Amino acid sequence: MVGYVGRRLLQLIPVLLGMAFIVFMMIRAIPGNPAQVILGQQATPEAVAAMNEKLGLDKPWYSQFFNYLGGILKGDLGQSMRTRLPVADEIWPHLAATLELAIFAIIIAVVIGMNAGIISAWFQNSWFDYTAMILALVGVSMPIFWLGLLGQWGIAIELGWLPTSGREEVRDPVNAITHLYVIDTIIQGRFDQLGQVLRHLVLPGIALATIPMAIIARMTRSSMLEVMRSDYIRTARAKGQKMFWVVYKHALKNAIIPVLTVIGLQMGMLLGGAILTETIFAWPGIGRYIYEAINFRDYPVIQSGILVVAFIFVMINLVVDLLYGLIDARIKYD
Amino acid sequence: MSELTPKVDGIAEAKIDKTTGPWLDAWRNFRKSKIAVVGMAIVLFFILVAILAPWLAPEGINDQSHADRLQPPSSAHWLGTDDFGRDILSRIIYGARISLSVGFLSVVLSVIVGSMLGIVAGYYGRWVDTIISRVFDIMLAFPSILLAIAIVAVLGPSLQNALIAIAIINVPNFGRLIRSKVLSIKEEEYISAAKAIGMKDARILFSHILPNSMAPVIVQGTLAVATAILEAAALGFLGLGAEPPMPEWGKMLADSKDYLQSAPWTMIFPGLSIMLTVLGFNLMGDGLRDALDPKMKS
Repeated sequence: MVGYVGRRLLQLIPVLLGMAFIVFMMIRAIPGNPAQVILGQQATPEAVAAMNEKLGLDKPWYSQFFNYLGGILKGDLGQSMRTRLPVADEIWPHLAATLELAIFAIIIAVVIGMNAGIISAWFQNSWFDYTAMILALVGVSMPIFWLGLLGQWGIAIELGWLPTSGREEVRDPVNAITHLYVIDTIIQGRFDQLGQVLRHLVLPGIALATIPMAIIARMTRSSMLEVMRSDYIRTARAKGQKMFWVVYKHALKNAIIPVLTVIGLQMGMLLGGAILTETIFAWPGIGRYIYEAINFRDYPVIQSGILVVAFIFVMINLVVDLLYGLIDARIKYD
Repeated sequence: MSELTPKVDGIAEAKIDKTTGPWLDAWRNFRKSKIAVVGMAIVLFFILVAILAPWLAPEGINDQSHADRLQPPSSAHWLGTDDFGRDILSRIIYGARISLSVGFLSVVLSVIVGSMLGIVAGYYGRWVDTIISRVFDIMLAFPSILLAIAIVAVLGPSLQNALIAIAIINVPNFGRLIRSKVLSIKEEEYISAAKAIGMKDARILFSHILPNSMAPVIVQGTLAVATAILEAAALGFLGLGAEPPMPEWGKMLADSKDYLQSAPWTMIFPGLSIMLTVLGFNLMGDGLRDALDPKMKS
């Protein structure tokens, strides 16, 4: 197992290097000169040249690339051209905002999606099965930005049940420690604020959860249906085991592996897809951070932002692969 | 014994009646699934709307009338008007042209490029395969919408560049699919036979291997159109796709954000159109998968 993990980590190195290289080259291809952007249109050519030198943009691309790689290894993600702050410091609050939203969304998606899929398989061809599967079909096709706007209009504006946007009450901001506000408010014992934070999470969380929920429900159903036909399930039922335990204990254990793959993939997709939800709900996450950086041609932020998200995406997929071994003893790594 | 004869005749007749072939069989299977047929109907409906747009739309996409700003749905404007007093129904009808053509064209582009790379990687193997497959791995390691946003940022925001970005992010999916198909077909005896009679590589690839890898590509392609339409609308929504005054559905949604309270119809109908079109392609793709490739059935 240890050898397997080590080998998988080694295999990641060329992929990560390739990713860093692609992002680096792409960013260099963005039209427009960042020095010009920083200095404004009236800047003299001398000032632009001086700024280029200061930013290291006058060096050949390979030297810039290796400098950048060297920096990453030392935990230096560059410096934002706009705010002059190190990206490594600036990125965490945004990343935390997105992680909190994504984790909340994946919990909703897994709890509702898996149970819907299990019950659909249990009562195959019942009205529940049909309704759930039609909803799941609609869910996979749902533009989440539309669903977000619908929620904002119907639930936040018309009914006034939930806040329309943001992460916290503007008049009562959370005192950030970890920047994961749910944890921060609990640490500080501010349970009134915890309620506020959770209320802000609901609408964007549901919008973001919709597609993964639908995909998880469909995957769970088909995987469960397959397992439910096996002999050992018949045996469990024949010996008088309660149906609930047959489904949730015996069948689910064997049906969960493909579902787990899908959950891992969706978790990664959430990180990227969050940008749409973040736009609608003015959520100060990493998607917005990168998106705004693109408008300002803030190279280091775009570059490091995309790399950080991609890195997390790759790591999640690795963790999912490793989890198989824990759940299914038949899978041996050597 | 004499009664055997009519039976035999019956079988012979049935064979004449029901010609058979892989595509015809697939169509018969496809037709059996109600959901797939509904999906196809939705898709055909939107294709017709797109083709007949100039005849169907009550107004032009850019007919503005200040007096009619943000009017709710009425007999004059079935789906209401937007902040420029433009008829939303007309804009949605013309918008079908944009969404469908971006969906189709981007997928056709990714299929062409992906097939070329997949065939080359699968057929020639060795270092060519290693390089192409590694590049695919790296591209798939990015969350796709993020990669699309980055590509549009490089190329500059426009509908055409959004199309190109969507095509690029889908290339590895088709490339991998074709590569694995080629790898398995390559070992078939008829390919060895073709080689033995001295057939050229290019001819083997295009007249034997490619046609035999088409079924999964059609299935994947239909589902990819659905995703491509969603992604195009997402880019439009973020202001990285169609530019005003194009009636692109995602862009229309983005413009509706400021009028959620006063004019929710500006948001409801464009979104509904995106959802229905995507649903149509998804249902049809699922049906095609079951019909064309029973092994892929999930």
